[in-house]
Amino acid sequence: MKSFFLKQRYLIDFTLSSLLRRSGKNIGLLLVYTLIVFMLASVMLFTHALRNEAGHVLAESPEIILQRMIAGRHDLIPGGYLEKIGQVRGVMEKHGRLWGYFFDPAIKANYTLMVPRDRSLGEGEIVVGAGIARTRGVGIGDILSFRSADSRTFSFRVMDILQSDSELVSSDLILLSEAQFRDFFGIPEGFYTDLVLRVRNPKELRTIAEKLTLKLPDTRPILRDEIMRTYDSIFSWRQGIVFILMAGAILAFVIFAWDKASGLSAEERKEIGILKAIGWETADVIRMKFWEGFIISISAFLLGYLLAYLHVFYASAGLFESVLKGWAVLYPEFQPIPYIDGLQVATLFFFTVFPYTVATIIPIWRAAITDPDTVMR
Amino acid sequence: MQTIKLEQVKKIFHQGRPNEFCAIHGIDLTIEPHYTTVLKGPSGSGKTTLLSMIGCLSRPTSGRITIGGDMLSGLPERFMTEIRRKTFGFIFKQFNLIKGLTVLENVMLPAYPLAPNHAALKQHALQLLDQFGLVSKATLNVEFLSGGEAQRTAICRAMINDPEILIADEPTANLDTKLSREFMALIQQLVDQGTTVILTSHDPEVYESPVIDRVVEMRDGLLESL
Amino acid sequence: MLFSPSIMALVLVSATVSLLILMAAAFALQVTLRWDIHSGSERQLQLERRTYLISTIVAYSFTAELVALLLFIYNAEQMSSQFVGAMCATGVLNINEFGWPTLYLKMAVFFAGAVWLMLNYADNRAYDYPLIKIKYGLLLLIAPLVVAELLVQVSYFSALDPDIITSCCGSLFTPEGEGVAAEVSGVEPATALYALAGSGVSILITGGWFLVRGRGAVAFAALNSIGFFVALIAIVSMIALYVYEHPHHHCPFCILKGGHEFIGYYLYIPLFLSTAFGLGAGVIAPFAKYPSLQQIIKADSRRYVTAALMLMLCFYLVAGFAVGTSSLTMMEVWW
Repeated sequence: MKSFFLKQRYLIDFTLSSLLRRSGKNIGLLLVYTLIVFMLASVMLFTHALRNEAGHVLAESPEIILQRMIAGRHDLIPGGYLEKIGQVRGVMEKHGRLWGYFFDPAIKANYTLMVPRDRSLGEGEIVVGAGIARTRGVGIGDILSFRSADSRTFSFRVMDILQSDSELVSSDLILLSEAQFRDFFGIPEGFYTDLVLRVRNPKELRTIAEKLTLKLPDTRPILRDEIMRTYDSIFSWRQGIVFILMAGAILAFVIFAWDKASGLSAEERKEIGILKAIGWETADVIRMKFWEGFIISISAFLLGYLLAYLHVFYASAGLFESVLKGWAVLYPEFQPIPYIDGLQVATLFFFTVFPYTVATIIPIWRAAITDPDTVMR
Repeated sequence: MQTIKLEQVKKIFHQGRPNEFCAIHGIDLTIEPHYTTVLKGPSGSGKTTLLSMIGCLSRPTSGRITIGGDMLSGLPERFMTEIRRKTFGFIFKQFNLIKGLTVLENVMLPAYPLAPNHAALKQHALQLLDQFGLVSKATLNVEFLSGGEAQRTAICRAMINDPEILIADEPTANLDTKLSREFMALIQQLVDQGTTVILTSHDPEVYESPVIDRVVEMRDGLLESL
Repeated sequence: MLFSPSIMALVLVSATVSLLILMAAAFALQVTLRWDIHSGSERQLQLERRTYLISTIVAYSFTAELVALLLFIYNAEQMSSQFVGAMCATGVLNINEFGWPTLYLKMAVFFAGAVWLMLNYADNRAYDYPLIKIKYGLLLLIAPLVVAELLVQVSYFSALDPDIITSCCGSLFTPEGEGVAAEVSGVEPATALYALAGSGVSILITGGWFLVRGRGAVAFAALNSIGFFVALIAIVSMIALYVYEHPHHHCPFCILKGGHEFIGYYLYIPLFLSTAFGLGAGVIAPFAKYPSLQQIIKADSRRYVTAALMLMLCFYLVAGFAVGTSSLTMMEVWW
C-alpha cells in the first residue's frame, strides 16, 4: 500500500515536470478547458442564484393566494369574500391585499405599487425601492410626481428607501397608504386585488384549497408550493437549454482534447519510447498520462469554477446579466448570496472533466503501447 | 549470475504483410555470466534486433530465450518489463536522455516504477554520479552536457537498478576515439565489479579493446563464427 | 424533464459508459477468440496491448458509474421539491415504474464492475493470464447490464411528469402497506436488531477464520452479501427510526439529508464498499487453483477480506452511534 502511494508520487512528480517542460502546449489546452468550465459554471451558478433569490422571496409570501376570476381574467375581489370563507380549519390568518403595476413614462419602467401591512404611511408619503431611487435620482425627502389613471397628478414625498438583501424584488417597489392607493388607481372601497391565507401545516394546503374552490367557485387559489415547484423546474429547464446550446462548444472541446492528446510531438513520442526502454511498463505510462489529465482537469476545473464564482457573485454576472434578467429598465444591483451546491459541482464535472477524460483514453493508450525497442531503431 | 541461452531464435517483422522481413534466421547462442561479449557486424546484420531480444525489449517470433533456466520468450510484455528492469541496464546509440530534466533526475528515472524510498534512491544516484565523476553536474539539465558527460550519465542511468547485465547498443557511435577509449575504461570498471556486459559495435575501438572477452560476428541475421 | 442539467449529465454518463463498455466488450471478444499466449507473433503482441485498453476503459467507466450512482441519489433528493407529494428521493423514485429498477441496476453495475476489476487485477499479475477467457466472458455479461441501465434510466427520466402526484416514504415504508418496502418496514425492530447482530458476528467469524486459516472466502462473501441485505432491512426497520427519533418513519433516503448530518452516507458508503470487497474476495478465491495465481490470490483475498471487515465495522459503529445517541427510547415498547 505504501509503495503504491510512493509510486504515484514518483509518477506525479515526473508528470508535473513534463507538464512544465511543455508549458506552451499545455497552457493553450488549459485556457480552453478553463473557459468551458467557466461558461458552464457561470450559467449554473447564476440560474441557481436566481432560483435561490426567488425562493427567498417566496419564503416570505403567504401559503395561499386567492384570486377572483371573471371570464377567465383576474379581477378585483370583494372584501366580503373573507367572511364567506368563514372558519376553515388550519387557516391561521386571512386578509385582503392591494397591489398593482404602474408604468412611468419618464423612465419607461414599470413600478409595483403596494399597500404595506407592517408600516403606516400618511397622505402623500411613499417608500421606494432602491432601483427607483437610483434611476429617478431621488433621495429621502425628495418629491416624486405621477399621473393617475384619471389624469390627476399626485405628488409623493419619499420617506424611506427600501434596503433589502434581495434587491431583485424590492428594487421596483413603491409602498403607499391604502387610501392613497385606492384614490390613485380608482379602486372602490371594499375591494382588494387578492386575498391571502396563512396556513401552518403544509399537509392541509390541498384540502383547504379544495374547500375554497367549493365555497367560492369564481376564485382560483394559488399555492406557494406550486409556484416554488414551477420556479424550480423552470430554472433547471432553462439551465438545461443553455447547456444544450453549449453542447456544440463542449463537443468542439472534446475534439480539441482528442486532437491534443493524440497529436504527440516527435519529442514526446521519443520520451515515451525512452521511458519504456529504460523499464517503464505500459501501465506505468498510462498511469503517468492519467495523472497528467488529472492535473490539467483539476486546475482547469478549480480555476474555471473560481472565476465563475467571482463573476456571478462579485461581478453580478456582468457577462450575461442583460440577457438573462433584463426585463426592466430598473436593473437591480444583483448581489446574490454566494452558494455552492454539491449536485451542481458533480453535474459540472460530468459535463467537462468526464468528456475530456473519455476523449483522451484511446490516445493515451496509443502513446503508451509504443514499442520499447523504438529507441534502438 | 545467470546464463543466457538462445535456441533457434527467429525474428520476423511485419508478419503476414507484403513487406514481411526476416531479421534473424534462427540463432543459437549462449552467453556466460561475467563475460563481456560484443556482437559485431555491418549495419543490417541483425545485431541490434538480437540485442533487443536478449534485453527483453522485444520478443522473438519463434524460438526460446532463457535466462538462468527461466523462459523469457513466452512471457507477456508486462512481465518481460518486470524482468528487464531488474536484470538489465541499457545504454543506447543516441544517449537518449530526457531533455529538460537534470542529470540526477535522468539517472533516477528507471527506478520510478519500482517506487523505492526517495532518499535512498537519491543517495544511490549521487553515489553513481560520484563514481563516474559527474556529481558536480547533478543539478544541470542534460542538454548542457558534453558528449562524454552525456555518455557517462547514460551509464549511471543504466546502473541505477543494480542490473546484473549491462546492454549497450553501439555505445561509441557518437564518440571520438579518445572518448571511446575512456568509455571502454569505464566498462572495465563495471566488469571488475562483476557486471556482465553485452555490446553491439562495428567500431574497432570496441571489439579490439582488451575488455572484450568474446566477439560474435553476425551477417544477414545469422552468426558467422562462434 | 430531460432538460435538467443533472439528468442530462446522468444520461450522458450512462450513454458514454455503455458505448465504452460495448467497445471494450468487442475488443474482449476479439482477444478471447484469437488469444494464444505461447505465440510470439505480432498479432499476439497487439492483443496483449489491447488488454491494457480494456482494463483502462473498464476502470474509468466504473469510476464514472460510481460517481453517477451518488449523483443519481443526490439528484433524486433535490428533485423532490419539484413533485407534488415527494419529500425525499423515495417520492421521486416512485413517480413511475422505472425509478426503482434504475437504482437497482446502478447498484448491480457497481458491484459487477468492482468484482470484475478485482478479478482483472489478480489475473494481470499472473504471467500466463490464466483467467483471460473467464474475465472477458464476464465482461460480455456485464455489457448488457450497463446497456439495460441506460435504457431503463432514459425511460425513467423521460416519463418524469411533474403533474403526477407521487407517494413518498410516509406511505411506501409503512408496515400497513403492501409490497417489499412495506414488508421490510414491518419487520419488528427487535428481530432486525438480532438479525443485524447475528449477521455481524457471522461475518466476523468467517472473516477471522479466513484470515487465520486462509479458507472459506466464498462463505465469507456469501455471508457478507446476506449481511448487506440484513443491514438494508435493519436501516429501514430500525436504524432509521432512531435517526429520525420518530417511531414510525422508516425512510431509507431521508437519512441522507443535511438535517440528519448526512449520516446516511456514512452508513451506506462503508456498507457498499464492504460488500464489494467481500464479493471480490469470494469471486477470486476459487481461481487460486491456477498455480500462477495461487500466491497472488492469497495476498489479494487477505487484503480484500481485511478491507471488508474494517468497512463493515465502520458501518456497525456508525449504526451503533446513531442508535446510541438518539433520544428515541423504545426500551419498554420493543424490548
